[in-house]
Amino acid sequence: MASSRALLSLSRPLQTVWSGRLGSTVKVFGAVVPSRREKSAYTGQSIPPPARYGGRHTVTLIPGDGIGPELLNHVRELFRFSCVPVDFEVVNVNSSLTNEDDINNAITAIRRNGVALKGNIETNHTLPPSHKSRNNLLRTSLDLYANVMHCQSLPGVQTRHKNIDIIIIRENTEGEYSSLEHESVPGVVESLKIITRNNSLRIADYAFRLAREKGRRRVTAVHKANIMKLADGLFLQCCKEVASGYPDVAFDSMIVDNTTMQLVSKPHQFDVMVMPNLYGNVVSNVCAGLVGGPGLVPGANYGRDYAVFETATRNTGKSIAGRNIANPTAMLLASCLMLDHLKLHDYATMIRNAIHTTMNETQLHTADIGGQGTTSEVVQSIMRHIQSGGPLTTEL
Amino acid sequence: MRTLIKGYGIRFDIMVFGKAGKFHVVPTLLNIGAGLGLMGLGLSGVRLQPLCVRSLSLTASQNATLESPPARADSTFKVTMVPGDGVGPELMTAVKEVFKSGDVPVEFEEFHLSEVQNMASEEKLNEVLTSMKNNRVAIKGKIHTPMEYKGELASYEMRLRRKLDLFANVVHVNSLPGYSTRHNNLDLVIIREQTEGEYSSLEHESVSGVVECLKIITREKSRRIAKFAFDYATKKGRSKVTAVHKANIMKLGDGLFLQSCAEVAELYPKIKYENIIIDNCCMQLVQNPYQFDVLVMPNLYGNIIDNLAAGLVGGAGVVPGESYSAEYAVFETGARHPFAQAVGRNIANPTAMLLSAANMLRHLNLEYHSNMVSEAVKRVIKQGKVRTRDLGGYSTTGDFVRAVVANLRHRPLH
Repeated sequence: MASSRALLSLSRPLQTVWSGRLGSTVKVFGAVVPSRREKSAYTGQSIPPPARYGGRHTVTLIPGDGIGPELLNHVRELFRFSCVPVDFEVVNVNSSLTNEDDINNAITAIRRNGVALKGNIETNHTLPPSHKSRNNLLRTSLDLYANVMHCQSLPGVQTRHKNIDIIIIRENTEGEYSSLEHESVPGVVESLKIITRNNSLRIADYAFRLAREKGRRRVTAVHKANIMKLADGLFLQCCKEVASGYPDVAFDSMIVDNTTMQLVSKPHQFDVMVMPNLYGNVVSNVCAGLVGGPGLVPGANYGRDYAVFETATRNTGKSIAGRNIANPTAMLLASCLMLDHLKLHDYATMIRNAIHTTMNETQLHTADIGGQGTTSEVVQSIMRHIQSGGPLTTEL
Repeated sequence: MRTLIKGYGIRFDIMVFGKAGKFHVVPTLLNIGAGLGLMGLGLSGVRLQPLCVRSLSLTASQNATLESPPARADSTFKVTMVPGDGVGPELMTAVKEVFKSGDVPVEFEEFHLSEVQNMASEEKLNEVLTSMKNNRVAIKGKIHTPMEYKGELASYEMRLRRKLDLFANVVHVNSLPGYSTRHNNLDLVIIREQTEGEYSSLEHESVSGVVECLKIITREKSRRIAKFAFDYATKKGRSKVTAVHKANIMKLGDGLFLQSCAEVAELYPKIKYENIIIDNCCMQLVQNPYQFDVLVMPNLYGNIIDNLAAGLVGGAGVVPGESYSAEYAVFETGARHPFAQAVGRNIANPTAMLLSAANMLRHLNLEYHSNMVSEAVKRVIKQGKVRTRDLGGYSTTGDFVRAVVANLRHRPLH
């Protein structure tokens, strides 16, 4: 009896897969994508627009742990220096506390400002399982479903592979990160990986839309559908369905183990990649390693209403905290992504160009990429480049 | 020239060139008045002092005691200027003089828009709007609205406000040290919705002898102003927001406003939320104004409370104000009056407009210049030697401006 029930429940996703395949994609979108769950704890129908008054934006700043606070101080100083019309509302989250007040407070702050820039918050593994990762909690409660990371080689940084240009899109709210684990009988732990049709379609659609917007040619779905035939099968199926709506973007799929091998041997074959949560975590770290490490690549998490910007590989960097040797590039580039999101493109371009000039021409590097510079020297050099000619400087 | 001036902040030898370059500015100062020009000349040596100690300091955000000027002080910010009626043009002259003496990197685009002097037209309004679209920031005097009805219900002031969607008006009522009033050390902020409510310009005579005047309250705009108030409180580190209403009489209209405020308040668990009825609020304001922190209210109540609170600290001449939309910011006096009877008599108090101009500089990220101007104004008030008539003195507007200019280059008050 029990087994038949299990079979029944398993056949349901398959059914939807089939019905989805039969129906046209237009129908799929009309029926599924708009009916997102409202996860918002806020009772009102809609939250008034984000805090932008007189052209000045307010952004929530979560310093986090490790190198987060110092890097974000550099961002603030750089913004002040460049006259960026952004004010920060600093919200501290204490990772050593077990209650969730701090993180709820931070989440509310993001709800009212719409945008956040954050350092990673340390997750203590020794605490009981009820203690969820603060970072994960933040992403799921704000429904930041798409993690986007653009891995691009910097000409000034020595790496094995040159000219890498890969966009990685990772489903950010479900999969292995569902926080659903239990010990069914002593000695047996079940950890649930959740793949839903809604979220898979949503992330696939995001990937294809982004690919089209950026003029990319190909989207590769990364999966393990040979083993997880139903879960990853559903993900793959959803990607295929969405792909049929984008005839101008080629679609292919690759199994995750092979992907990592291909990435380190022939990374140039990849263009845009889309994948569920854990694979995304692994692949994004591989890619960050390809272009020079965690200190170089910015990351962004987008939801329908909110956006949170951080470094792509979300490292805390506890070992190098407070020593003025962390590479500020990733965080500074993340702040540029944030400025782009706020449509302050002039400022974003100005700061980004200055960062690239420092990396590629001045070649002032921190120790992680083989240089001798300190964090503040790099930031000062960036400031000098901004000073030597920004688009907003008018001739006297 | 650009690079030279830019250079003097970093190296001393280049600074000499930068200074030499700056002397081109001095003859223009002389045109304003010989005395002022000389002052500018005398001051230009002092001016370099804070600039050359500036370094590319990374810790500046932490030790905020002596904030350096921003790096790109050499880039000029353009600001739209609408002097308006009454003493507006005189106050604008004061602002321009102070900015010029302080080397504030702001350029004004001036537009004279006036209904009473027949200088208002659709084209003029559009010019101002175009300029605003580019500059995003404006400084403005009051455009006087004649009371008689000439077929147009909405005044130019209102039309400008609506076109730019300047929904939030902020008046920070702050006692000026050195000028004693009945209530000292007052510090409260009044936030007013100013696009709907009683100012909807919807009036009609339904039957002869019966006029209906519509007060419009919408959920969207009420929530927007409530969120603005809470965001402002968050940004300025304030602890309480009080909604002012008359929901006991206008149960639906003001009721909606009140409900919207309460809903938005849920998003700000760290800020206390209260409400008070408008009549009681007025009484409390004159009896015990210290109980209030940030007040948020619909249009007409805001108008009244703005004026009442301005009166508590010294009148229309001393309280700065500002209006915001999502895109634009307009800086003006807190209590908006043209003060037409003072035109040309050189007696208007420029304090409000100068403080408002200082707030504008802060909005433009010119923290250093903003502090310089506001500290100078506050120092003049504190010294109490130069006072305009409204504060019980005998000095003229010109005297006051000269005193402010003379105080521009001192170390900050603390």
